Amino acid sequence: MNEANSKYMIQAVDLHKSFGDLHVLKGVNEGILPNEVVSIIGPSGGGKSTFLRCLNLLETPEKGHIFFEGVDITSKGVNVNIHRQKMGMVFQLFNVFPHLSVEKNVTLAPVLLKKKTEKEAKEAAAALLQRVGLFDKLNESPSRLSGGQKQRLAIVRALAMEPDVMLFDEPTSALDPEMVGEVLDVIRELVSGGMTTVIVTHEMGFAKEVSNRVLFMDGGIIAEEGTPDEIFSHPKNPRTRDFLSKVLTT
Amino acid sequence: MLGRIVVVFNGYWSLYLGQGLGITLGLSAITVLFGAVFGSLLAFMKMSKIPPLRWIATAYIEVIRGTPMLIQLFFFYFILPNDMIMAVFGWIYRIILLFNAEAVKADFIKFICIAIALVVNSSAYVSEVIRSGIQAVDRGQTEASRSLGLNGVQTMTKIILPQAVKNILPALGNEFVTVIKETSLASTFFIGDLMSVYNVVRGKTYLVIEPLLITAAIYFVVTFILSKLIAAWERRLKRGE
Repeated sequence: MNEANSKYMIQAVDLHKSFGDLHVLKGVNEGILPNEVVSIIGPSGGGKSTFLRCLNLLETPEKGHIFFEGVDITSKGVNVNIHRQKMGMVFQLFNVFPHLSVEKNVTLAPVLLKKKTEKEAKEAAAALLQRVGLFDKLNESPSRLSGGQKQRLAIVRALAMEPDVMLFDEPTSALDPEMVGEVLDVIRELVSGGMTTVIVTHEMGFAKEVSNRVLFMDGGIIAEEGTPDEIFSHPKNPRTRDFLSKVLTT
Repeated sequence: MLGRIVVVFNGYWSLYLGQGLGITLGLSAITVLFGAVFGSLLAFMKMSKIPPLRWIATAYIEVIRGTPMLIQLFFFYFILPNDMIMAVFGWIYRIILLFNAEAVKADFIKFICIAIALVVNSSAYVSEVIRSGIQAVDRGQTEASRSLGLNGVQTMTKIILPQAVKNILPALGNEFVTVIKETSLASTFFIGDLMSVYNVVRGKTYLVIEPLLITAAIYFVVTFILSKLIAAWERRLKRGE
């Protein structure tokens, strides 16, 4: 079990995670293929976000392994910072850097981590910001951006590191309803370009539309997985059916 | 009484505003400056991953905050050997002699003892100011930074500290205002500060209340103005975000 399966980009093996007495992940096994788009759905407290945050070790699992591009990043002595550069992450609450300009938000990491020269980073930032419609905000402070704009900036900031995989942790949950669309459009474009993506979401319609595979997490395990059609139209697990009946009627 | 206040102030204003206020502000500035340096060190020790460093910092902070300032002043006044002070700080005394040939060595040593006690005291309070300023920065900032691949030190220097400074600087200013008032305790050792000037003027004029009111008024005006300036500065920092 402790050998990486080379066909996966990310592989989680028997992940366990507790917060105090709360056993959040109870042995999760999952592999993400290159270019795959995987959505994770399920009720609150089911372990979705914790699982995602374990993939780049923002949470350290107590037991189990994460293999990323063939390397066990959970093993001691591995410099996880190097591997995190290849895993972009987008958060529910944006977490843009308020003390830096929009441009500096994007260029900071690539320049500091010597991926790009200042000039290259600025050119790349300009191109990326253009792509998400934020080019005119280049020199603004992020505090002047709307929620949707902040989240698009956060996506661009992650993309500037040229990651191999993007992890989205409920990217639209904190947005006003009218701003959800603009952020989903950016993710949709990214996914259609072949970016390997793992997305924890409550946007069922979006999950159904963009995913190759959907994971239903409940009670700290992946209770069911399948194609969007299998999960949304023919769920087998009663818990999946129960969950979907609650979220899809509202 | 108002008349006597005017007379006393007319007679001694240069002693009050020159020497007295000068030493009080100077001593307070030294205290907060070095308090910030050692306070930062303590703050990082207290947030360290290494348990013994955490224990030392916690014990220091708790003991200093849990004992009276006056006792700390006495303690350092009595315990620090004169030879040691001259060995470490003698060069400052020699510089002072260049400007004032009559500077008394014993007074200098006393001043250094008091300054050390104040720095020791202030660093414990300042370390908590710095620690809470750092911890007030949203946890998501650290997560976003680490997820980009920045290591712990890069995250602290590029992401957390620049934001924490906006919380810390105004609080340090307020610590300065507090220290200005606390240095009055140092007048127990007659170091020439504003409160020591009060004792001098009282002895010379045989008046108790009038010189005291003048002293209080000077403390009040200085701390009031400084507090207002700091509050305005704080609003500007927050707006700049």
